[in-house]
Amino acid sequence: MSSKYDVLVIGGGNAALCAAISARRGGASVLVLEGAPKFYRGGNTRHTRNMRCAHDAATEILTGPYTEEEFWKDLLLVTGGQTDEELARHMIRESKDILNWIVEQGVRWQPSLGGTLSLGRTNSFFLGGGRAMLNALYLTAERLGVDVEYDAEVTDLVIEDGMFLAARLKRPIRGETEIRATSLVAAAGGFEANIEWLKQYWGEAADNFLIRGTPYNRGSILKMLLDKGVQEVGDPTQCHAVAIDARAPKFDGGIITRHDSVVFGIVVNKHAQRFYDEGEDIWPKRYAIWGRLVAAQPDQIAYIIFDSTVVTSFMPTLFPPIAGQTIAELAGKLELDPAALEKTITEFNAAVRPGTFDHTILDDCVTEGITPPKTHWARKIETPPYLAYPVRPGITFTYLGTRVNKEARILMADGKPSANMFAAGEIMAGNVLGKGYAAGMGMTIGSVFGRIAGREAARHAKN
Amino acid sequence: MHGTRILDEADRLMTVCNSCRYCEGLCAVFPAMEMRRAFSDGDLNYLANLCHSCGACYVDCQFSPPHEFNVNVPKTLAVARAESYAAYAWPQALSGAFARNGLIISIIAALSMAAFILGFAALNDRSVLFGIHTGPGAFYKLMPHNAMAALFSAAFLYAILALVMSVRAFWRDIGPAIGGRADGGSMFQAIRDAGELRYLHGGGVGCYNEDDRPTDRRKLYHHLTFYGFLLCFAATSVATLYHYLLGREAPYPLWDLPVVLGTLGGIGLIVGPVGLFVAKSRRAPELLDENRYGMDVGFIAMLFLTGLTGMLLLILRETAAMGPLLALHLGAVFALFVTMPYGKFVHGIYRFVALVRYAQERRSEAGS
Repeated sequence: MSSKYDVLVIGGGNAALCAAISARRGGASVLVLEGAPKFYRGGNTRHTRNMRCAHDAATEILTGPYTEEEFWKDLLLVTGGQTDEELARHMIRESKDILNWIVEQGVRWQPSLGGTLSLGRTNSFFLGGGRAMLNALYLTAERLGVDVEYDAEVTDLVIEDGMFLAARLKRPIRGETEIRATSLVAAAGGFEANIEWLKQYWGEAADNFLIRGTPYNRGSILKMLLDKGVQEVGDPTQCHAVAIDARAPKFDGGIITRHDSVVFGIVVNKHAQRFYDEGEDIWPKRYAIWGRLVAAQPDQIAYIIFDSTVVTSFMPTLFPPIAGQTIAELAGKLELDPAALEKTITEFNAAVRPGTFDHTILDDCVTEGITPPKTHWARKIETPPYLAYPVRPGITFTYLGTRVNKEARILMADGKPSANMFAAGEIMAGNVLGKGYAAGMGMTIGSVFGRIAGREAARHAKN
Repeated sequence: MHGTRILDEADRLMTVCNSCRYCEGLCAVFPAMEMRRAFSDGDLNYLANLCHSCGACYVDCQFSPPHEFNVNVPKTLAVARAESYAAYAWPQALSGAFARNGLIISIIAALSMAAFILGFAALNDRSVLFGIHTGPGAFYKLMPHNAMAALFSAAFLYAILALVMSVRAFWRDIGPAIGGRADGGSMFQAIRDAGELRYLHGGGVGCYNEDDRPTDRRKLYHHLTFYGFLLCFAATSVATLYHYLLGREAPYPLWDLPVVLGTLGGIGLIVGPVGLFVAKSRRAPELLDENRYGMDVGFIAMLFLTGLTGMLLLILRETAAMGPLLALHLGAVFALFVTMPYGKFVHGIYRFVALVRYAQERRSEAGS
């Protein structure tokens, strides 16, 4: 490997590879430094499955048009307006072309997966999932002559006056080295796997968080950049968190530890008390609030409780539900106070009003006279065996990032664009996503800004 | 809990996969899995036989080893598949033949070849065995046609009986199709899916064998082997018809249909098995069912020997080597037939049956 490259890409996920491919296609020599071992390459991209791109007409795999304007409205809705409109609209416009560009890089699409029909019009799914998508990008990058190093832990960035000079690298075998490059693309993700950093905002509760992606998403590049005068963007206390099975591994449980059963039952905390309206809205719209809700409960644990009548209403789960023939037996297995759980369920059942159950719409099955209410899909829990899933907060990604402009160029704290530093993917997602999330948007941000960052980084290097 | 450890493991994996479903576009296994929430022994044997071992789901899986979920669907289903052959074998007393298959096949092959050579030597004098015979009926100077036909018909019919009985047990165990029943359309669909090896394609980019690159050529070599085998079978069938209907006796001229079919088939049966053997020897260890290496290689070797001896017989049929080569060829074919129900040959039958079941399930799902 040559010691100096035109473009150095730090990170190994969707954004990094799109940047590397796009820079290489722009004529630059490119090195990708992935901090993880080869198997765990790609950070959160490993666990993704689709991408949200605007399109004016139905395609082979998308059931109908999804216009730029509709995408923008959806983004406005989920972020509550906390977005950079110019940048967001630019991304949405570029996303249209990504649908084809990414296929040219070897990625293959398929129609939406079983159980995700609500996304069939807006989101394109990767055939074989996120790791298949990554594999395709890596094969293309290697075929084009991009150099890739795994287990490549960057320990320092040499930056002077907003100008990137070199990265210091600790290799497992060959020791410390310095790599110089004309341009830098930072695409190394967020800090969701850095429990110590999470504790700055969440305190000791962060010890009970489960991390849905690999342990390598430590945010070290983000921290170096922010420490060296790069302007930050996004709320550092914000993270995307869902309720996942408490029996999941600490890291990298991915999508399969999630639970979609909240709307079919009730959720109680360790004191066997309900704490939020389980029927507030259609599940995909409320999926991502439950991580934070559980994080706010004592010991960051909660239990979804339902009965045997609904077990086939949601996706089969990785971990089987915990079962009891009586509420008391179930409470015993969950180590909850049996009397408290019986009281909660008795009161809930008594509050359920008759209605016509339909989980695909906001139906009229409601409770009356309890707090919090369950405002849809409320049905009595009365048919044994009684079942439960224990859940904890599962952290997907963080929002804190580096400020960029439309060229994906990093802005320094004084507002000036960096001469040669670019950012793409989760590390700059906060520019577009101030808060909230809609399925597939992370991959859109990664591919669109990755491609732009690579192109601009190569252009800078070749000038 | 299931009857065997491998079925327990297959059940564990299908539970993991059913909560993920990222691979559902790759092949038939995952859509069939999604039609179920729990898996009986029969369900798992069905899924195992639907799997074509393309390797894509292993390379694409975010939970494959070294991940702690340790998801290795191709290998697990390969082992389950091989164990299913033994589980359904008829008669059950012979199910053990699958366990030491390579050894048993080599012994039977050697014995039957030796038997033909010794038989020829005992029944004919040296001048006949090593004589030069040409013209119609040349082969039958060594062994009368009717004796040949009777012996091979018996071996063939036994193989068919044993296969039918085994497959019937499999068909019953995989249970009624979800929502469907046997119909001509499903059969036709399965013939097409098997004939083009639709699911040996890595989800579209090609299969994986040596590493994480879709560079595998097994599909090509399998086509050469399978269609080579069919062409050879067709050659024999045409020759039989010639013999009984037209009264024309082998050997036939080079331009004649049985020889043309047999030559094309023979080339396939030589090139295909060699390619499959090389692919097998290069297969990544994490995808390989090493305990079945003997069974797989034994079958490949038998097909190769059948093709090779047949081609040599064609080339040297007008020399003194014809007698011994005919004995070797007949020995190879005989051994192939009698070991058919107890070796890798059955994979095609079981997989076809699984594809029929899958086609039924798809049709009923589309209809509902």
